[in-house]
Amino acid sequence: METLLEPLQYAFFQKGLLVAGLSGALLGFIGVYIVLRGMSYIGHGLSHSIFGGFAASQLFIANFYILGAGLWGIGSALAITAVTKRSRLGADAAIGVITTASFALGVALFAKFGTSGPSFENALFGSILGISPQQIYGLVAVCILTGLFVFFRYRALLFSTFDPDVAAVSGVNVGRIEAMLMIVLSLAILATLTIIGVTLVAAMLVIPAVIARMLTDSFGRMLTYSTVIGLFCGLVGMYLSYYAGVPSGTMIVLVGAALFLIVLAFTGARGLRRSAGLDAHTDASALAPVVR
Amino acid sequence: MTGIGEGPELIQLDRVDAGYSHHPVLRDVNFHVHEDQFTGIVGPSGAGKTTLLRLLLGTLKPMKGQLSQVNGLRMAYVPQLETVSWNFPVTVRECVLMSRKSANQLPWASKPEKADVESVLERLGIGDLAARHIRELSGGQQQRMFLARALLRQPQIMLLDEPTSGVDVSTRHDVLHLLAELHEEGVAIVLTTHDLNGIAAHLPHLVCVNKRIIASGTPNDVMTPDVLEQTFGARMEVLEHLGMRIVVEEGPHIGAVGGSV
Repeated sequence: METLLEPLQYAFFQKGLLVAGLSGALLGFIGVYIVLRGMSYIGHGLSHSIFGGFAASQLFIANFYILGAGLWGIGSALAITAVTKRSRLGADAAIGVITTASFALGVALFAKFGTSGPSFENALFGSILGISPQQIYGLVAVCILTGLFVFFRYRALLFSTFDPDVAAVSGVNVGRIEAMLMIVLSLAILATLTIIGVTLVAAMLVIPAVIARMLTDSFGRMLTYSTVIGLFCGLVGMYLSYYAGVPSGTMIVLVGAALFLIVLAFTGARGLRRSAGLDAHTDASALAPVVR
Repeated sequence: MTGIGEGPELIQLDRVDAGYSHHPVLRDVNFHVHEDQFTGIVGPSGAGKTTLLRLLLGTLKPMKGQLSQVNGLRMAYVPQLETVSWNFPVTVRECVLMSRKSANQLPWASKPEKADVESVLERLGIGDLAARHIRELSGGQQQRMFLARALLRQPQIMLLDEPTSGVDVSTRHDVLHLLAELHEEGVAIVLTTHDLNGIAAHLPHLVCVNKRIIASGTPNDVMTPDVLEQTFGARMEVLEHLGMRIVVEEGPHIGAVGGSV
């Protein structure tokens, strides 16, 4: 008990625990849709792309760099969708080109001009220590927005995730739902970028959702489990980060990876069978659904 | 109902070219679907059957020509079983509920919605499988589940892509009977198939496709050696049995005495 209570006497840790828990839960929640749509690579690419926007925005609109990075991320997400739809370039190739170019631009800008905000290392690997109240408000707002979006668009999201062609014929505006999901994903990545770090956000989008899939065959339960697992990884990762003296994002992801191995050991073949084919939609159709 | 299309038109394709990435798969297609129609689209792989279906669905826009549908047309689509991710975490009940048109977008189903789903599952004979994960169904049961999902939309027209592909003979009969029943109830049916004897010969109206519409009419009109050769690129013999056409492929008899490969 002492181990749990001791770090809580510090304000920075209380704040860190809150944002780590929220970040884990948010990424776990939205990650279910990302994983089931076979869009894990998009989550990975977008986090790198937003890093480019993050660096550029600090140069040109220093006080509003979060806004700039957000717009950059949304722009990248929509650009990937458009390129995939309108050209013969595959989704993975479009993501590879757009997001890595954006990431490279970010690295170049950081190297040349430095930063007025979070450091290069913090942006890459995350840091709970430098979290401002504005970032916490932003994270809470994104959590609420994501929750509302999923609650009020639950059926359309589920249908278009499972079977976009039939959903389109059945009156679901699949293109709009896809675009809204990409925007929410971009905002979630942006809100957690400086907490977990660019390189680790993608892992937290995938790991809780995959663990949840191994545990259940129900979509509703998968959403709940993944959110709780993300929350758990965030909280436990923070404590381990405090005691081990390593960046919080790293520990959060390591807790997720350890949990994955434990669940894999317990669920065995059944867990593997459930999680098989999660990349079944990693083709252009995942990004370029038929829009009626 | 004759099924050959005499009632009011639901969908019209006039002089349509269609394809993907600026490469036409179908050219100069003229095809009208009427509300009493029961049509099978036949042709070899890559002939443009699914492309024609997507045009009718409105999910593929013509490169050239005119596509029109009556306003507010209620369509249901049954995809090929092979195109679905069967490991997706949903139960049969959840899958069928997806298609129900409803103002209710909340995550949970209302009582009337649940009752509708149960009723349509019972009709398809899979009421006892409602709580099962979709992966646990046999091919025939999966097809019934998709038919249940389509029926729940109370469609005016149902379009099916290879509905009997990968199912056993008994299920194929059941599917055909159900479609005939729906047609009698006033639902227009358009399906694609490559099964000439098992499906096409039993339908009231056929359209033979290979990059264009080769022929259109009753099985007696279109299941002729000449039309089939134009459609499939291979000579086939056509026999008649109890008034029904039977297609015999003129292929090698592997292992037969005197046969050659």
